[in-house]
Amino acid sequence: MRVPLSWLGEYVDLEPGTTPEDVHAALVSVGLEEEDIHRFEVSGPIVVGEVLEFVGEEQTNGKTINWCQVRVAPGDELAADGGPAVHGIICGAHNFAVGDKVVVTLPGASLPGPFPIAARKTYGHVSDGMIASARELGLGDEHDGILLLKNLGIDAPVGTDAIALLGLDDSAVEINVTPDRGYAFSIRGVAREYSHATGVPFRDPALALTVVTPVTRFPVTIDDRAPIRDRTGASVFVTRVVRGVDPTRPTPAWMIARLGLVGIRSISLIVDVTNYVMFELGQPLHGYDLDKLAGGIVVRRAVAGEKFTTLDAVSRTLSVEDLLITDESGPIGLAGVMGGANTEISSTTVNVLVEAANFDPVSIARSARRHKLPSEASKRFERGVDPRVAAVAAARVVQLLVDLAGGVADDLGSDYDETTAPAAIVLPTGFVSGLIGLNYTGDEVRDSLVEIGCSLEDIGGVLQVTPPTWRPDLTDKWTLGEEIARIVGYDRIPSVLPVAPPGRGLTRTQTLRRTVAQTLAATGHTEVLTYPFVSEQANNVFGAAVVTAADAGAGVAAVGAASAVPVAQVKVANPLDGESPFLRTSMLPGMLQIAHRNRSRGLVDVAIYEQGLVFRPEAGVTYGTPVLPAGAARPSAEAEAALNAGIVPQPLLVGIVLVGNDVRHQPGLPAVATGWQSALSAVQQVALATGVRISVRQGLHPAMHPGRTAELFVTVPGAATSAARTVSVGFAGELLPAVADDYDLPAVVAVAEINLALLFVQAEGELTVTPIRTMPAATQDLSLVVAAAVPAAALRAAVAEGAGDLLESIELVDDYRGAGMESGQKSLTFALRFRGEERTLTAAEASAARLAGVDLAAQRFGATLRE
Amino acid sequence: MSVPSVPPEPTTPPDPAASDPAATPADVSAPAEPLISEAAVSAAVDAALAAIAAADTTAALKVVRSEHAGESSPLSKLNALMRNVPGNQKAAAGKLVGQARGAVTKALTAREDEIGTAEAAARLLAETVDVTAAASTWKPGARHPISLLSERAADVFVAMGWEVAEGPELESEWFNFDGLNFDEDHPARAMQDTFFVEPTDAHLVLRTQTSPVQLRALLSRELPVYVVAPGRVFRTDELDATHTPVFHQIEGIAIDKGLTMAHLRGTLDHFVQALFGPEAKVRLRPNYFPFTEPSAELDVWHPTFKDGARWIEWGGCGMVHANVLRSAGIDPEVYSGFAFGVGVERAVMFRNDVKDMHDMVEGDIRFSQQYGMTV
Repeated sequence: MRVPLSWLGEYVDLEPGTTPEDVHAALVSVGLEEEDIHRFEVSGPIVVGEVLEFVGEEQTNGKTINWCQVRVAPGDELAADGGPAVHGIICGAHNFAVGDKVVVTLPGASLPGPFPIAARKTYGHVSDGMIASARELGLGDEHDGILLLKNLGIDAPVGTDAIALLGLDDSAVEINVTPDRGYAFSIRGVAREYSHATGVPFRDPALALTVVTPVTRFPVTIDDRAPIRDRTGASVFVTRVVRGVDPTRPTPAWMIARLGLVGIRSISLIVDVTNYVMFELGQPLHGYDLDKLAGGIVVRRAVAGEKFTTLDAVSRTLSVEDLLITDESGPIGLAGVMGGANTEISSTTVNVLVEAANFDPVSIARSARRHKLPSEASKRFERGVDPRVAAVAAARVVQLLVDLAGGVADDLGSDYDETTAPAAIVLPTGFVSGLIGLNYTGDEVRDSLVEIGCSLEDIGGVLQVTPPTWRPDLTDKWTLGEEIARIVGYDRIPSVLPVAPPGRGLTRTQTLRRTVAQTLAATGHTEVLTYPFVSEQANNVFGAAVVTAADAGAGVAAVGAASAVPVAQVKVANPLDGESPFLRTSMLPGMLQIAHRNRSRGLVDVAIYEQGLVFRPEAGVTYGTPVLPAGAARPSAEAEAALNAGIVPQPLLVGIVLVGNDVRHQPGLPAVATGWQSALSAVQQVALATGVRISVRQGLHPAMHPGRTAELFVTVPGAATSAARTVSVGFAGELLPAVADDYDLPAVVAVAEINLALLFVQAEGELTVTPIRTMPAATQDLSLVVAAAVPAAALRAAVAEGAGDLLESIELVDDYRGAGMESGQKSLTFALRFRGEERTLTAAEASAARLAGVDLAAQRFGATLRE
Repeated sequence: MSVPSVPPEPTTPPDPAASDPAATPADVSAPAEPLISEAAVSAAVDAALAAIAAADTTAALKVVRSEHAGESSPLSKLNALMRNVPGNQKAAAGKLVGQARGAVTKALTAREDEIGTAEAAARLLAETVDVTAAASTWKPGARHPISLLSERAADVFVAMGWEVAEGPELESEWFNFDGLNFDEDHPARAMQDTFFVEPTDAHLVLRTQTSPVQLRALLSRELPVYVVAPGRVFRTDELDATHTPVFHQIEGIAIDKGLTMAHLRGTLDHFVQALFGPEAKVRLRPNYFPFTEPSAELDVWHPTFKDGARWIEWGGCGMVHANVLRSAGIDPEVYSGFAFGVGVERAVMFRNDVKDMHDMVEGDIRFSQQYGMTV
């Protein structure tokens, strides 16, 4: 809402010199947030001039320009720019005659743009200023010729300051009006708020008008057979008639200027007046050409498929929820949204029917949204318009059409009104003080309420508060509490720190989440936060579950398994990016885009991670709830359970993406390229951070390199079945090179994705510590030859199991293939450390344990000792 | 200063013949003289001490030791004469030679220490590196400031006994709207620019605020409730310098008996001072939100904010609306409480002078690496 200061000043006294900034500061204190300041960007000597003579001079381009002598100061006085009383000015327009009064911008003036005016040589003359059009002055769109003051009904003496004359010295503050304060979409409402903020008296323009009841009834019928949410579409319908309007009368300059400042283009006097009164009083108004109306008015709902051409010349197909203004010919207006082309005010309109109605906010809001026609009228109706102001606004339109357009008020009209007075609210003593935490006096409470327009009644010591008709938002004692706090001032509210009961700190999951994040950052990964919007294809590729390679068969067929199958996923109905309308089922697609962006900016080594939720509906499950419980009451246990059951599973994951080098080339240090092992190292950091042992085995995943993918799993102690003992928590390794290429990344991209939600479950429970043995250790190496396909981890497990309790540690130190080995075989070397519990082991005991490990490895995998 | 890359060459040992008077001994058979003369001993000692002083490497000193303290050194030869010294002179001669040998041995040891220390120092100097050219096997990592600031904010409340609550990002409209007193036709509901998911009649939305967590906390916890909910929220704003469709909020809610708007102010005062410093101030301005009544806009002021000390709009707050309490089955005549929500991106922007939202959402590792592990 924009508020011209001159207009505001009609209803509250503004101190001389009050700036827009001052007004903003005052309005902000009562909750009307500042948005902007609007001014006519004109300055300098701009005066009324009179054309004394002009000569048309044809130019070589065929155009004729006029060399004009314009009087800009009376007699022999100096002009406002210090120049002579008569200026020679070049003018390209032809819509004027000798003797016309025009607006002359003299050298030194500045027009919107900014466009500075100076004497300049053109068309063989020195043009000592410019004759301005309305558009050049910022006073509307008219640019077909220069502005002739007679067309605005103005005849001012030569040399008069045109800036003040045309109202161009005004400025407007723009404020943001919250949805509960519809009344502030009017100068009347803002002036009232300014009064609240500053204490200056408010003069209500609605009380300054005399409302005349019509003598002859104009037939109006409200026939709403399909009220929305049990509310009739129109509760007030006031009509008034003005006859004999002179359609040639201009809109006065002050009105054009004010409408310009509030953001409304001047159209014609009748339309301008209805707009002007809407801004003044907050009541949307509509003018009909009475001579185009056929019979009386019926307000009804549209029938299905009914068509109507609004005055923007668009034919609209209506909904049964649309509220229509109709006459005997059919629809003439889409109530509260836009009028019809058929009864539009035109340049020949002389008899006007003015409509000032009050329409149901919900009905108007839905129609405006349905037809994508938000308007100044719908904006006000949606937030609620003072039902008592309709008749006043109609009277104000009549008054202005009589005063400005030469019309005559007719006694024809209607005053339909089925509204009831607002209900009184009981305000218990002390309630507001208890709500705000500040002891308000009885006077502060009563005065604040009276100031905002409430009427008060004391019934048996209890305050009964009846809100004013323009405050439909005041519905209970809490809303009254806000008003009292606001009027007395929020700055008076004291500061008291409440004492919460003892808390339990972060939950285990919350702590683990932080530890994982800190650990990954501390080990060289940079945290990113990506958008969760991806393509369906990306979800199909990355959202698939990792499978155990041993279960999926082997060989070339396994590579074929990488073709994506559709993954259940959630689609955004109104995405910002049509390419990515789905919610991620994996962290990786978004992160790969981020990795690519870094690479494209010349950052070649990228190691990033992100923790976040993914959206993983189960195939075949219907989510959501078709019906929502009502608000303001706790849903039934069944309804609450249904709401929760309808939520798509959203587990917390961590994704890791590595590209380029883990270690860059440095003095004395060769570069170390990233790869599958780096991804697994990062996974082990996560395992350490959570205290959960993450095991790996060969895996297959559609996004991943078929030979360089680890399935990550945790072993659940004490689980009943072998399937339950092993929980797959993600995968790590290298991307399928073709997938890397899809993201414009190099062939080797190491990635990992871990389902932290699953992992954290395993982190519950307390650790049982193994006692530390302090006897001397016996260390031995062990080299075993096995088939190349035997996983090192499996061989290691066999040795460990066979060696038994004396084996304290077993680490893989070498994997040798090649010279000296049979094809298809490899030699794995382990470093073993044995230790007794209470005494030093003999070499024989350690060797016996080692051999027991070898025996089991031989039994399971045909392993032989390497000589 | 340049440092030699190899140890200096050992200098040539001095020629004992040229400098040692003991090499051309006096005529020991002269009867007038004692068999071991003081002069001869003194000359041998002087020659030894001079040679020791002249030696400047361990190798040179080894030669000196052999020549002046070895078996064929002048002092050893003099010592060998002891058996010929008459009995009455033995004690004096023995003392003379013993002291001389002791002096030479002491000088040798001292010089050995000296040279050893100097050579050790030279070896270390030779190991000098350019510390500004250090290679690192660790790559730099970093947290995102949005995460760090969210955690810091949550910690302020946890320190007061509050707990951290969480909820889904894809949420039922009931939790995001209806239960929070957004009427189905309320203009605020249309204003939210909500992401809906298909099918829209399933009434699931990407939460537009962290407030649904309030409601979940109230439904699932015993009263009183004091919780904060940091989290990611969604609105259909195109990414530009000051907007992003995916951003982060921190929401707080306290429901107890007797809570007032003064408690809200007290909590916010403490919060901004803990987060921005003791000089930070809070200003409340009347505003409107469906889920609070009274409602306020929360402005924060600090002298070190970029572009100078000023008020910055940071979020919304107010007393929890009676209908929200009713949605959670709480009697608003018995319990009251307050809630607030602030934007994390905005806080990072005004706190660290981040001028463009793009820097926070694009994932350029240079952005987070400015923060490292702390915000």
